[in-house]
Amino acid sequence: MSDVLVVGASAAGLATAESLRRRGFTGSIRLIGDEVHQPYDRPPLSKKVLSGVWGADQTALRAPADLAALDIDLVLSSRAVSVDVRRQEVVVSGGRRLPYGDLVIATGLAPRRLGAFDGLAGTHVLRTLDDVERLRAELAAAERLIVLGAGVLGCEIAATGRQLGLGVTVVDPAPVPMGAQVGPEIGEMLAGLHRANGVEVLTGTKAEAPVVSNGRITEVLTSAGLVAADVVVVAVGSTPATDWLEDSGLILDDGVVCDSRCRAADNIYAVGDVARWWHERQARSVRLENRTNATEQGLAVADNIMGANKPYVPVPYFWTDQYDIRMQVFGDLSGAHTIRVLEGDPATRKFVAAAESGGRVVGVIGWNSARGVRKARELIADRD
Amino acid sequence: MQVEIDEPRCVAAGHCVVAAPEVFDQRDDDGVVVLLDANPPDDEHEHVREAALLCPAAAIIVRDRGGAP
Ligand SMILES: Cc1cc2nc3c(=O)[nH]c(=O)nc-3n(C[C@H](O)[C@H](O)[C@H](O)COP(=O)(O)OP(=O)(O)OC[C@H]3O[C@@H](n4cnc5c(N)ncnc54)[C@H](O)[C@@H]3O)c2cc1C
Ligand code: SF4
Repeated sequence: MSDVLVVGASAAGLATAESLRRRGFTGSIRLIGDEVHQPYDRPPLSKKVLSGVWGADQTALRAPADLAALDIDLVLSSRAVSVDVRRQEVVVSGGRRLPYGDLVIATGLAPRRLGAFDGLAGTHVLRTLDDVERLRAELAAAERLIVLGAGVLGCEIAATGRQLGLGVTVVDPAPVPMGAQVGPEIGEMLAGLHRANGVEVLTGTKAEAPVVSNGRITEVLTSAGLVAADVVVVAVGSTPATDWLEDSGLILDDGVVCDSRCRAADNIYAVGDVARWWHERQARSVRLENRTNATEQGLAVADNIMGANKPYVPVPYFWTDQYDIRMQVFGDLSGAHTIRVLEGDPATRKFVAAAESGGRVVGVIGWNSARGVRKARELIADRD
Repeated sequence: MQVEIDEPRCVAAGHCVVAAPEVFDQRDDDGVVVLLDANPPDDEHEHVREAALLCPAAAIIVRDRGGAP
């Protein structure tokens, strides 16, 4: 029996366990995860690890000694297959039952796959350290990379591909890259950035089918014609890893549905990319897929396990590195219709801008302006 | 308390500056963390621990006197 059982041994799960200890929690904590690796950080995978600047060991979230000092029962290579909420037990593969006092669901996301491309030699997804090792090995011998999907991940992979000297094509049906995250104007600027760096950006374009020769992908048929490829990365989004919760009775709706305290049911919380919770200040249900949310929500859940009964009301934040641009975004830009430059100049690739909707600032964006964007964050108004 | 920064890990998120503005700042050009005080006074310790927890890159290392982190 563990007082707290955390399922998912990555950013959000570890943050929850560590925050519990920092807050003085003295009960037993068990952290289980299905990967073989010690908890590691994902953001470097598409950047410094894929480019080879960092080795895999540099992604460790905590040094072994620091992990040991937390006094957590860390069980790796162990997959949760179901939960019995009445008996308060999680079942792991092999059939072992793990009883808990409080359960924290931190299983993150699984990459979405594209039927026709799935499992084909030469095609990849990128979510884990094992994924990046496989992809890096194939890119070393490749000349042409196609990235399907121009979201944050797809854009980063394209930029790293160029850095590695590959010819890169990005294909996405949407009109601009990262439109969902940054809106049309900044998306257009991003398209320009990628083109200036030699990427063929095929927006408004659908990937229709792979062309296969000797069991390996050689081309992709798109609505704009055939594109040659040695390697194809499918980066078309991810879905919450809730397969193991199908029969649990918990409410699943694009994530584990939680109240404003990140509580899915009595004694059950969800945290990180997998959690959909009621954001009191935004007055709607929210699920965030970014690195800082994993930590901040872990802290909030640890506090609530210890009885704080506090709503979780973060200002969403993410960053991305592409070429020589570090972009940082606070707030929620979906639905913003005006971009107003506050300082700097987009032409010099150093600026801070506010995104507005109905006269209200809903988000701020900075390119190479970490300080400016942090100050501008105060302009973001709550929905009332 | 002894504070160290693993600078190459820093992703310029700035959460440390929000949590402990007396102890951390950011460089103007690339936003990388600047340590203002490696031996912060007692009343900053809680803020510094908060910063270390919130840092998404695990770039802030806190050692209590005596050595162990
Ligand atoms: C390549 C890449 C680059 C990124 N770059 C950025 C960035 O620049 N900025 C940013 O803000 N965010 C970035 N992100 C997003 C960020 O990494 C995630 O938001 C963060 O990892 C979420 O943490 P998590 O712990 O909620 O989920 P995850 O990190 O997905 O961890 C979930 C863990 O649970 C395990 N698991 C799943 N199911 C089970 C089960 N049934 N039993 C046991 N274990 C299970 C998984 O294997 C995994 O280890 C990036 C993500 C990726 C993949
Ligand atoms: S919180 Fe961490 S990553 Fe962010 S600026 Fe501070 S040290 Fe750097």
